[in-house]
Amino acid sequence: MLNDIFIAPFVDMVEAPDFLMQVLWEGLVSGILYALIALGFVLIFRSSRIFNFAQGIMVVFAALTLVGLFAMGIPAWISVGLTLGVMFVLAVAIERVVLRPLVGQPDIILFMATIGITLFLIGFGETIFGGENKVMITEELGIPTGDTVLEPFGGLLILQHLDITVVVVATLLVLALLAFLNYTQMGRAIRALGDDHQAALSVGISLQTIWVLVWFIAGIIALVTGIAWGARAGVSFALEVIAYKALPVLMLGGLESITGAIVGGLMIGILEKLFEIYWGQPLLGGNTETWFAFVLALIVLLFRPQGLFGERIIERV
Amino acid sequence: MFYRTAGQFKTSYIADQALFPVKQDAFLLGIILALAWIVFPLTASEFTFQTLLIPILIYALAAMGLNILTGFAGQLSLGTGAFMGVGAYACYKMVTLFPWMNPIIAILLSGVFSAGIGVAFGIPSLRIKGFYLAIATLAAQFFLVWLFEKWSWLYNYNASGAIQVPNLEMFGVFVSGPQAASVTEYYIVLFVVTLLTLLCINLTRGNLGRTWKATRDMDIAAELIGINLMKSKLTAFAVSSYVVGVAGALYVFMWKGAAEPNVFDIPLSFQVLFIAIIGGLGSIMGNYLGAILIVGLPVVLNVVAGTQVFQMSGLGAGMLVALAAAIAFLGWVARSGWTIGAVAGFVVLTLIYGYAQTQGVRIDSALIEHINVMIIGALIIFFLIIEPHGLNQLWRLIREKLIIWPFPH
Repeated sequence: MLNDIFIAPFVDMVEAPDFLMQVLWEGLVSGILYALIALGFVLIFRSSRIFNFAQGIMVVFAALTLVGLFAMGIPAWISVGLTLGVMFVLAVAIERVVLRPLVGQPDIILFMATIGITLFLIGFGETIFGGENKVMITEELGIPTGDTVLEPFGGLLILQHLDITVVVVATLLVLALLAFLNYTQMGRAIRALGDDHQAALSVGISLQTIWVLVWFIAGIIALVTGIAWGARAGVSFALEVIAYKALPVLMLGGLESITGAIVGGLMIGILEKLFEIYWGQPLLGGNTETWFAFVLALIVLLFRPQGLFGERIIERV
Repeated sequence: MFYRTAGQFKTSYIADQALFPVKQDAFLLGIILALAWIVFPLTASEFTFQTLLIPILIYALAAMGLNILTGFAGQLSLGTGAFMGVGAYACYKMVTLFPWMNPIIAILLSGVFSAGIGVAFGIPSLRIKGFYLAIATLAAQFFLVWLFEKWSWLYNYNASGAIQVPNLEMFGVFVSGPQAASVTEYYIVLFVVTLLTLLCINLTRGNLGRTWKATRDMDIAAELIGINLMKSKLTAFAVSSYVVGVAGALYVFMWKGAAEPNVFDIPLSFQVLFIAIIGGLGSIMGNYLGAILIVGLPVVLNVVAGTQVFQMSGLGAGMLVALAAAIAFLGWVARSGWTIGAVAGFVVLTLIYGYAQTQGVRIDSALIEHINVMIIGALIIFFLIIEPHGLNQLWRLIREKLIIWPFPH
């Protein structure tokens, strides 16, 4: 038993380094997507203290809109543009209808409101686009679909071109976002709002504009994630669950930390894959990916209650 | 005028500490209890039992359990569904291992197991707070549901992986399983729910309840005035999980009849959380109001949409008008401009729907299902905006208005 837990998995890893690399690569791909979704969460949380549960459904909604628009005969890239427009309208609508009347309410109320948004979007999406699975328009968007086979250490390493594209695009998006946050006025305003609400308001930063902006950024992220994940697994409402994966990422990295979201996402993506392959499947009957990330984050939190990169919690009476 | 408490003097400490010190409240409660215990069972149809009465009671109980943790002790939990599952599986194991066991005792005991698991998952709450804790409870949610699926001992190595409720007898009457009558099930649910509600009201009024509330309001300050936070938080987790576990056992044994692991997945947790929040955090009665709304509304919508009677006249239109009137009334109480928009929206929807019906457009049931989800989402947002403190707060406002209404002073 102890051998199975502590020795055998590592022996397997060393004996088949190509397989290990394959696992690490797959972990990295999902990790970067987790990081991306988590970034959307963090931006909204920092600027409005809203724990946005609707991020998952926004992924689905963006992907559905894209596929639906394309099905109406609109060229692929124009559909992408239109989808971005829809996400912008959604951001404005959410700010107007939901957030503005709820300013200043306790966190849990705002959290519930985002769950209300989730339900609304599920119903809305199903009403308009139907509940059945759809295929992402991978080829029409010019996303490569083949694979490259490498042979490190005399083994096999299969890299899907799709995955490579995802990693590249997601990395670029993260970098662009970091640049936006650090070097533009709008981005600085978002960060200022995250640091100190009152101070930001008093120097004339418009809360409403920033909220629309962060929800729109979350919408863009949702679209990219939706395309990436939809191309791998098809577009359906089951996609929503990948957003749950971003939650332990947030815990691990800290709710306020942008670095934390990125590092946490990669960590969780890789570790959960490793655990599933080397411990979960042989010992626990598989499918451990549903909970491993949460339990890992829970254990880390026991030692660092604010996450790895979160703001230090200072409590006063 | 209707809620005047003038002239109701309390002349002893016992009278002062009564559960319902205001006469009108006690009177109202009497009516509700009479309805629940006598009138409903005599008049309700099979459909009403299975789609309204039994689920409303069970969901209200689950929400009450969650409310103790979240509303009274301030620890946000998203793992309610899994704890309901623990109760259900514990009950299933007990009645299959010990077939001689009285079903009610088994149901009440099954909560003990979920209480134990709840305490185990509550331990992190001593260090983790706020949303971090909420996500941490998701660990319980996902882990436990996974366990229900993989640990075949729990479902007696069934090929289907689901738990099937056997026929259970008590004093010669079938109380659970396929052969039990809905009335019997209803009475058992009602008995358990009444019992636990009484327990919860008293717990939250007492010493324990006060320590919970202090912990909720500011845990550091509570610690400074000598409250043992560990004891306070863990008892909240224990009591809450107990109630939730019993609700889970009732859910499967008295209502669903069978359950697969994914029944206890995250949507169930959210549904219960909605009920607790829409009803009002930190209240007991709110859970019932919330459950009536969240469980009852889809049924009403389905019935309205499903009946052919609805032709811009008759029952369907009457129900919509009643709904619109109810919302307008709530708006009057909460003094919200939102109401006008909502009522206008309702009227427009009714007109469109009625027009579609007269044109012979058949709306298929899947679409109605989707629209239901959408409406519930919109309603949640709507209720949060008009009254973030829930239906219970609305009821309080109504009561205050009724003290002088219809007189101006």
